[in-house]
Amino acid sequence: MGEEGVIEKISGPLIIADKMRGCEMYEVIKVGEEGLLGETIRLDGALAYVQVYEDTTGLKPGEPVVRTKAPLSVELGPGILKNFFDGIQRPLEDIKHKVGDYITRGVRVDALDRTKKWEFTPTPAVEEGKEVVGGDILGEVPETKVIKHKILVPPGISGKILELKEGKFTVDDCVARIQIGGEDVELKMMQKWPVRKGRPYKAKLDPEVPLLTGQRINDTFFPIAKGGTGAIPGGFGTGKTVMQHQLARWSDAQVIVYIGCGERGNEMTEVLEDFPKLVDPYSGEKLMERSTLIANTSNMPVAAREASIYTGITLAEYYRDMGYDTAIQADSTSRWAEALREISGRLEEMPGEEGYPAYLASRLADFYERAGRVKTLCSDSEDRIGSVTVVGAVSPPGGDFSEPVTQNTLRVVGVFWALDSTLADRRHFPAISWLRSYSLYLGDLREWFNKPSSPDFTEQQEEMMALLQKESELQEIVQLVGADALPPRERGTLEVARMIREDFLQQNAYHEIDSFCSLEKQYLMARIILQWYNHANELIERGIGMEKIDVMKIKGTIARMKYVPSDEFKAKYEEIMRAMKDEFEAVKKREE
Amino acid sequence: MAVDTSAREYTTIREAAGPLIVVENIEGVAYGEVVKIVTPDGEEKNGQVLEVSSGLAVVQVFEGTSGIDTSKTRVRFTGDIMRISVSQDMVGRFFDGLGRPRDGGPEIIPEDRLSVIGAAINPTARDYPREFIQTGISTIDGMNTLVRGQKLPIFSGAGMPHNALAAQIARQAKVLSSGEPFSVVFAAMGITHEEASFFIHDFERTGAIERIVAFLNLADDPAIERIITPKMALTTAEFLAYEYDMHILVILTDMTNYCEALREISAAREEVPSRRGYPGYMYTDLSTNYERAGRIKGRNGTITQIPILSMPDDDITHPIPDLTGYITEGQFVLSRDLHRRGIYPPVDVLPSLSRLMNEGIGPERTREDHSGVSNQLYSGYAEGRDMRDLVAVVGEEALTSRDKKFLEFADEFEKRFVTQSRNDDRSIEETLDLGWDLLAALPEGELKRIDEHIIKKYHPNYRTKA
Repeated sequence: MGEEGVIEKISGPLIIADKMRGCEMYEVIKVGEEGLLGETIRLDGALAYVQVYEDTTGLKPGEPVVRTKAPLSVELGPGILKNFFDGIQRPLEDIKHKVGDYITRGVRVDALDRTKKWEFTPTPAVEEGKEVVGGDILGEVPETKVIKHKILVPPGISGKILELKEGKFTVDDCVARIQIGGEDVELKMMQKWPVRKGRPYKAKLDPEVPLLTGQRINDTFFPIAKGGTGAIPGGFGTGKTVMQHQLARWSDAQVIVYIGCGERGNEMTEVLEDFPKLVDPYSGEKLMERSTLIANTSNMPVAAREASIYTGITLAEYYRDMGYDTAIQADSTSRWAEALREISGRLEEMPGEEGYPAYLASRLADFYERAGRVKTLCSDSEDRIGSVTVVGAVSPPGGDFSEPVTQNTLRVVGVFWALDSTLADRRHFPAISWLRSYSLYLGDLREWFNKPSSPDFTEQQEEMMALLQKESELQEIVQLVGADALPPRERGTLEVARMIREDFLQQNAYHEIDSFCSLEKQYLMARIILQWYNHANELIERGIGMEKIDVMKIKGTIARMKYVPSDEFKAKYEEIMRAMKDEFEAVKKREE
Repeated sequence: MAVDTSAREYTTIREAAGPLIVVENIEGVAYGEVVKIVTPDGEEKNGQVLEVSSGLAVVQVFEGTSGIDTSKTRVRFTGDIMRISVSQDMVGRFFDGLGRPRDGGPEIIPEDRLSVIGAAINPTARDYPREFIQTGISTIDGMNTLVRGQKLPIFSGAGMPHNALAAQIARQAKVLSSGEPFSVVFAAMGITHEEASFFIHDFERTGAIERIVAFLNLADDPAIERIITPKMALTTAEFLAYEYDMHILVILTDMTNYCEALREISAAREEVPSRRGYPGYMYTDLSTNYERAGRIKGRNGTITQIPILSMPDDDITHPIPDLTGYITEGQFVLSRDLHRRGIYPPVDVLPSLSRLMNEGIGPERTREDHSGVSNQLYSGYAEGRDMRDLVAVVGEEALTSRDKKFLEFADEFEKRFVTQSRNDDRSIEETLDLGWDLLAALPEGELKRIDEHIIKKYHPNYRTKA
């Protein structure tokens, strides 16, 4: 029998077990008669402090505690995509089949379906007698319509192929045999990996390819790189979750891991209902075909919430190792930090700022550092690149960005999309403040954006940004003297800035067409607005007042251009540019 | 009632402090177990185990620790977790904060005894809320639509008419398609006798009293009892909704008092506090109440929650409204400024929000122009309010004629759209038409948030021509 201890004390999600000498940190423990799952987080002589992933009501001192001698791990293999897990990778559908509409405790379900058979096709190049190392592809399985699941040699294993099978197998069946140092080892389609340990790779690469999101303010103004990290802090009602949903829907990653960490149940239900219906603009298939969801809602046990982001990032790393670009949306990392705080409080640790444990900063940094665009493990003959992009929502109390979770996150992430409640109050969505946000990837990505089809992409972006900056300065004057007192040229600047804000930056997530905007359309839209500004300036210089320019019809056309589908936009662009030129010419003639 | 054989009795209280007692030399006590305490003068109190280690249990006493001594007081561990007796006969009855009748009526004959701690609903079992509830209040129906199964709190402040608004919602709320009214589960936590009787009289006056279950923990009732009151109310609501297919509106008032009780216990346990002395787990604790709203696939009943909380010093960044706003699906924010100007209901639409609105409105649910009208009213009003600030500095003369239109729009919006009487029950059509009347005062080119074909169909300019 495995070694057994006894419960000594119970306090919420934390129990203390006695007679546990020899137990390891972060080892999975089965607690009580029902065998509730837990994990050791502190050792003290024979005492082990265990955080329990399920409700502890009804536990008594004296009940048994059993060691499993393994760290908290996830199961990696076909069946992860199109699935929906809780924080410790239990499929929620299976839980429902087993115990009904409510999540009760002590439910045991396998993470991956043990009965489903998958069609395994071996890689032609891998034949019997060949030497393979960790990360090499043994074969592939059509997991969904868009993702071919590569079956990898687990990291740390290398040897000679003795046998490679072909046909239909469950994740538990042997698909290959390898000789490792004279020993015959069976490999299955499923492997396990401890969640708190990043999966190894050969080398990290520089972030030089953007992760396109179809969101104008994100792509044009504050782009994130594939393998980059971003944070979306904002008070409640500023649209963090909608933003995360939009990124999960429209970003050009091949695999999406969506983590609902301590958030609302109905939001997860929305994702569950939407993703099987919405179409991915890149593959033409349903979004669910490339997604996996992890939900630990706010009222589910806090310790499992703490584990959920590690579960999520490990799944993403696994698909990265197959050579895919993956993206993680974690909503919200503040709830994760609060779980950490709650457990720390129960451990009676000395608190740091606002009661958070002193190791909050290092834990956050560890998590975000698992992002990256990497050369994956594999034989030297192959060059495989994959990436994990991490975007975390942050929910600062009172919308105050000076609090510890926001500040410690900003120290490690590359993009800061600051949500602003005054923008949200006036329904300017996405409510990303263009004055406070930044992207550290702008320099690295400049070359990519200024490709031959859009050589002045960065230039346009900088010009628009300058106009917005100028607007905020002018607004201060307007606040004192009124807009009428400004010279015509400045009023032109105010007007173009208003167009950038309303016709470019604002984007309606609920509008069928506006929800997604291709990069080409973004580029051309910016061009139209800046061209309008050139035309307007020309008239102003000739002494024609803003009141004449304000009433021109072209303004209405520009305001509605966002509702033109991305694939028709090129033609529409020509039309708008022509109409604009004509109308300005006509006004010029009439006035002179 | 059957005597629980696993019950054990002790007289070994070692310590009493604030709402807590520590009992020693115990055996076989479970975490979360219910405790009965009998003081030397025979008074019976209820408690619950908060922490247990071998030989020692920390118990919170709902009725407070006065009268408890360390030699004669008997403590009985019942071997059971916290439960409430539920029955359909509870409708129309009044209970105290722990679920005992307080209307002088007979005890409930239980159909079931349910654990008051609700397990989390599996997100795959939830049905997304999207049935429009017409409350007859324009600022809600038009701008921050409530749907069945939503949790939408009222953020108020001392002295503002949140009770009148909540009562009006409870009275007028109906689902358009079926027209059936809601039954109300009302949980009062630490509100005054006067406030409670306002609700009761209002329900009596309108006959709603027959559709109500009330749990009352008033200001002079034991403070710690409040911890359990919403759980009693929500368990009852779940029973009625899911066993009897009823549509339940749960009103929880005042959540601020609930949080104060939470803080009191946390302080007594000497826990590490987070912001303003509230415990670090307050978010999780609140969510275990709020997340019990919703709809479940395959069940007909629904639970819609309207928690009321008074923001200390009208501060929306205070931990109580802040954490609530992060869990609930939006909020109605009452404005002292509007209230002072005599506007009822003083709902400030700008910081108010309904997150589930988008799914609940539109063709077949309300009307196709709903989303556009609401967005346009928002941005128009926001712009008008900015103008007001500007006028305060530079005077009205400095405004352009366009700006003046927005300024007037904001005034009219408050006067005609926001303001309505306490008995005014507007249909959604009336609300939207009223919105169009107001929008007609703005230049048509400014109506950027509304699709062109919708403008052509609904804008008064075109309608009168047609």
